[in-house]
Amino acid sequence: MTTVRLKGAQILCECLRREGVEVVFGFPGGTVLPLYDVLPQYPELRHVLVRHEQGAAHAADGYARATGKVGVCLATSGPGATNLVTGIASAYLDTSPIVAITGQVARQFIGQDAFQEVDITGITLPITKNNYLVMESSRLAETVHEAFFVARTGRPGPVLLDIPRDVFVEETTYYPEQDYDFNALKHHPSGHPTQVKKAARAINESRRPVILAGRGVIVSGACQGMLSLAERAQIPVVNTLLGLGSIPQTHFLSLGMLGMHGSAHANKAVSHTDLIVALGMRFDDRATANLSGFAPEAQIVHIDIDPAEIGKNVPVDVPIVGDVGRVLEVLAPLVQPGDRRQWIQQIEQWRAEHPNIIPDGAELVPQYVVNQIWEATRGDTLVVTGVGQHQMWTAQNFQFHRPNGLISSGGLGAMGFELPAALGAKVGCPEDTVWCIGGDGGTQMTIQELGTIAQEDASVKIAIMNNGFLGMVRQWQELFYHRRYVGTQLGGPDFVMIAKAYGIQGERVTDRAQVRPAIERAMAHPGPYLIDFLVEPEENVYPMVPPGASLMDFVESPRVRQRSPASSLGVSNI
Amino acid sequence: MPVATEKHTLVALVVDRPGVMSRVSSLFRRRGFNIEKIAVGAAETPHLSRMTIQVLGTQARVEQVRKQLEKLVDVVKVADLYDESVVSRELALVRVTATSEHRSEIIQITSVFRASIVDVAGDSLVIEITGDEEKINSFLGLLRGYNIKEIARTGVIALSRGGSSPLLQDKGPRKKRLKE
Repeated sequence: MTTVRLKGAQILCECLRREGVEVVFGFPGGTVLPLYDVLPQYPELRHVLVRHEQGAAHAADGYARATGKVGVCLATSGPGATNLVTGIASAYLDTSPIVAITGQVARQFIGQDAFQEVDITGITLPITKNNYLVMESSRLAETVHEAFFVARTGRPGPVLLDIPRDVFVEETTYYPEQDYDFNALKHHPSGHPTQVKKAARAINESRRPVILAGRGVIVSGACQGMLSLAERAQIPVVNTLLGLGSIPQTHFLSLGMLGMHGSAHANKAVSHTDLIVALGMRFDDRATANLSGFAPEAQIVHIDIDPAEIGKNVPVDVPIVGDVGRVLEVLAPLVQPGDRRQWIQQIEQWRAEHPNIIPDGAELVPQYVVNQIWEATRGDTLVVTGVGQHQMWTAQNFQFHRPNGLISSGGLGAMGFELPAALGAKVGCPEDTVWCIGGDGGTQMTIQELGTIAQEDASVKIAIMNNGFLGMVRQWQELFYHRRYVGTQLGGPDFVMIAKAYGIQGERVTDRAQVRPAIERAMAHPGPYLIDFLVEPEENVYPMVPPGASLMDFVESPRVRQRSPASSLGVSNI
Repeated sequence: MPVATEKHTLVALVVDRPGVMSRVSSLFRRRGFNIEKIAVGAAETPHLSRMTIQVLGTQARVEQVRKQLEKLVDVVKVADLYDESVVSRELALVRVTATSEHRSEIIQITSVFRASIVDVAGDSLVIEITGDEEKINSFLGLLRGYNIKEIARTGVIALSRGGSSPLLQDKGPRKKRLKE
């Protein structure tokens, strides 16, 4: 076997190359200097210099979700490493494969509270699938490959590699052709045949089934399989936030999103169904609302690759541990073609009774902006959002029709995700249009990444729903705290001037007539472009299931309530 | 609605690497469990350690934490041994004041419990006792009348009864890790 003597830093780069890494989002510092020093020897590893390490982690996450490959971020020890934490946690909760590489102080200083020393493997213990402190340079190559294997295998997730400065510098023997077999680390069998038969029987006997599809369907590449099952058996499909795009939302079987801000007909369908077929989702509380009122009449079939998700939040009648795509391949032929016209008609009636209304009139409402971005792109774009009202308006008003069409911090709900994740998505998919839809609050949390976007000339189209508030918090203060707005008003900056300062073109939009032309100008512009939409400050997200209530007890927009008095509901149960 | 809380003995085979203990204990903390007892030692395979962990909890929550533990890369396998089908032992060392007045009484109790005296000083004894938890508890209960100065307990270790172990049954790829 060929061998070469290389420095640890070079071995790391060799391994990254073998893993197919094309881009590293990073920020240098003392302990990673030896690594930065060898980067020019590996021109195929593109380094994107972020402005803050949180941005590096979110960018790696956005890259991973957009491409399906492992995203890589890099930071120095101490504060560099701790700044990654929010991004790693977000990737962990949203099942996104990233490998975070951090420098560590030299081995002899570990445990001495040395300058910029922090126990990052200890800190990230609960938010990584696994992490490694590499104490021997002879183990470096194997550990890097194991990290990538763990990140992308089974239920994907973040892995952290902490590498002491002197391990980067030390020369050791490297075996460029060495193969590693980590298959013994795999924990997850494919679905048990008896259970799959049970699931098929449950589907065949069900009169009012729904499929509840989460991000696992997208991760497993099972969208087509799910769609053919849904069409064959005529089963309506409800999505979690991160499951949006697993079925084209214009499809007649697509009911959109369920949950706290889910569509009324989706929430009603889940509340009346007799069978939930849950695919690659984890019954998050924002999706189920109060569990005691969740799907009271339903049997539950739960297919997920992570055994710990099954039975975690809701009792399951037919648990199936396995990759959704592979299980569906076995399950689909056992399912009889169905005619569930009555059930689908019932849902259509609910859909008609509770329409998603984009308010007309002169006011510039955010729903209209999202709708116009959808119309202008026909959905042929990646959409990256931040967290809050604009995220929900995007989920409700954009008709996602491609897997990974929506990239959003769902589980952690990390504001500030939007700009760096959009950068990562654009770097990963340069041919795709990328729209970053953010709020004026979250955008300011990582606004420095405009610098990265400009420097990389990443042609991200940025739409800021600027309502001068931390909107979702304000909405809760309005509804549940007697409209006492505390700590939620933002004396916002002029985002267009900020963009200009970074060398990014932009414009401000204040009325409806300018919305579409501005979007068209943004899309026609060859580089990044920012639009600051000054939207209605006190617009609320509806429907809303108040905290503590059940999915059935959603509150509708006053606009819908005016149309149909039968569906009016107060928020008195708070 | 009150749900029955019971004692569970989880046994885990883990890869013998630095940090494994903190990975496992951090997971219990994060999922809201208080570890009653924990004991760690070498297992039958050279690179594996065996952890025996006692927790109180409902069946569903313990099963959840068992599955979460099995997701850890360094954890090879975890089984929940039910109390009735387990041989469990714990060892305790006790330093008790033993003046000439009480010395013979203490020695008598020690022999009744088939414990042994492992160190003798002028006014105290160190006694070693092995047994299940109940035996040790009742022994310590009797000694409390004599001014116990120090107690050290190992925590419980356990094996399932019968010919096979739930820990060693695995048909999947992980079987390799159990053997290597």
